[in-house]
Amino acid sequence: MTKKRVVMDSEQFDRSITRMACEILEKNKGIANLALIGIRTRGVPLAQRIHDKVSRIEKGHVPLGILDITLYRDDIGLRKEKPRLEKTDIPFSLDDKTVVLIDDVLFTGRTIRAAMDALIDFGRPRRIHLAVLVDRGHRELPICADIVGKDLSSSLREAVSVRLQEIDQVDEVVIEKIK
Amino acid sequence: MKWNKKDILGIKELSPDEIQFILDTADSFVEISTRDIKKVPTLRGKTIINFFVEASTRTRTSFEIAGKRLSADTVNISPSSSSLVKGETLLDTARNLEAMSSDIVVIRHHASGVPHMIAKHTRSSIINAGDGTHEHPTQALLDMMTIQSEKGSISGLKIAIVGDIFHSRVARSNILGMTKMGADVHVAGPATMLPPFVDQWGVSVHTHMDDAIRNADVIMMLRIQTERENQNIFPSLREYSRYYCLNSDKVKLARQDVMVMHPGPMNRGVEISSDVADGVHSVILKQVAYGIALRMALLYLLAGETK
Repeated sequence: MTKKRVVMDSEQFDRSITRMACEILEKNKGIANLALIGIRTRGVPLAQRIHDKVSRIEKGHVPLGILDITLYRDDIGLRKEKPRLEKTDIPFSLDDKTVVLIDDVLFTGRTIRAAMDALIDFGRPRRIHLAVLVDRGHRELPICADIVGKDLSSSLREAVSVRLQEIDQVDEVVIEKIK
Repeated sequence: MKWNKKDILGIKELSPDEIQFILDTADSFVEISTRDIKKVPTLRGKTIINFFVEASTRTRTSFEIAGKRLSADTVNISPSSSSLVKGETLLDTARNLEAMSSDIVVIRHHASGVPHMIAKHTRSSIINAGDGTHEHPTQALLDMMTIQSEKGSISGLKIAIVGDIFHSRVARSNILGMTKMGADVHVAGPATMLPPFVDQWGVSVHTHMDDAIRNADVIMMLRIQTERENQNIFPSLREYSRYYCLNSDKVKLARQDVMVMHPGPMNRGVEISSDVADGVHSVILKQVAYGIALRMALLYLLAGETK
C-alpha cells in the first residue's frame, strides 16, 4: 500500500511562491532585464503565478515564456516510448537577459541540464537562475537551485509530487512510498 | 496516445487518432524553424537515407532539412548515382542501406508498393515519399496540417480536389485522410481522369469543376502532368485549362475565406492562374513551410531506441 503524506498545503504553498517571487526581485534588484521561463508541465502554471506576483509588486511587465525540454532529453534514444512533445513558446529575445528557469521539483538535475541547453539555442542570456518549489536532493549532475520554496529530504523509494490547482485541482506537495 | 508504428507507408494504414497525433506533434515543431538556431539535438547519431528513385526537389529537400534540424545525419541517393543503373535489384540496394545501419529510409519510387515491399524486408523504418500512382502520405499529412492550422479543424469542411485524380497519389492520400478526419470531400475532373469506382471512396464526384468548388472551404488543385498530353486522356492543355483552370472568377464561387492549395510544382496558366496562385487565398508556400515541421515530427516519432 502507498502511504501519502502532505508536506505542503495550499496556504504554505502560496506563501512559498510569494517568498520566491520576492527573492527573484531581490536577486535581480527589480525587474530590469528579467525574464521568467516555466518548464513543462508543472513549471508553467508555477511560472505564471510567480510572474503575476512579480508584476504586481513591481508594477511592470516581465516577459514570460514556456519551455518544453523533450527534444533536449538525454534519454530520448533509450526510452521505449516517445514522450509527447508540447509547444515551446519564448516570444522574446533572451540576449543579455537574466533568465529565471522555474520548475516544480528539482531531483536528478537532468531536466535543468536539458533546459539550459535549450535556452542557449534561443540566445545568450546574461545569467540563468533556477527557481524550484521543491528541492528533493539526489542530484546526478552538478546543478543547484538559486531559489528554493522548500528543501525536502527524501528517499529514492519515495515519489515527490507537486499538485497544482490549474492541473490537479489542488495546491499541495505530497510524498508517497513507491514499491 | 502511444505511438507504435515502425513505418509510414500510407494514409490507409493510419487511424484518425494516429493522424491527429502526428498533426499535433508536428504543430510543436513549427516553432523550431522560426529560431535563430534552427536545430535541436534530438536525433543526434541517427542516420536517415533519402532514397529517391524518382526525381524530386521539394520533398527530398524538405526531408533533408527536417533531418538536419533534428541533428540526424542525412544522406541522399539519386537514381543516376545508385547501383540500380548497374543492375542491382531494389531489395539488394535496400539491404545494403540497412547494412550501413540506417535508422530511417525515405523512399520515392515510380512503382506503386515499393516502400511496402522494402519495409517487409528491412529493420529500418521506411517512409513512403510517393510510390507510383498509389500514395504520398507525407504530402497529405502536411496538407491536413495546413488546413488544421489555418482553419482550426478539418472535420466538417467542404474540400474540393480538382484535376487528374486518376494519376495523382497526392489526391488518393488526401481523399483517404480527409474523409477519415470527417471532411466533406468533392472531386472534379474530366471523366478520363477520374478513377473507376471513385464514388465508392466516400467522396462526391463531379465532372463540372463549378459544382465541386461552390461554397468550398478549401480548394486543392492538382498538377496536370503535361507529359500525359499524348496519352489521349485530354485533347489539349488549352482545352483542359479552359474548363479546369482555377482563375479568380472561379474562386468567387467558393466561400469568401476559401483556402487555395497546390502540392507543386505548379503549371501556371494550366491548372491555376497566376493571380490565384499568388493571391490572398493561396497557402501554397505555407504548405511548404508546414511540410518541414510535419516531416520533423515523423522522423522524431519513427527514430527508434538506440539499443
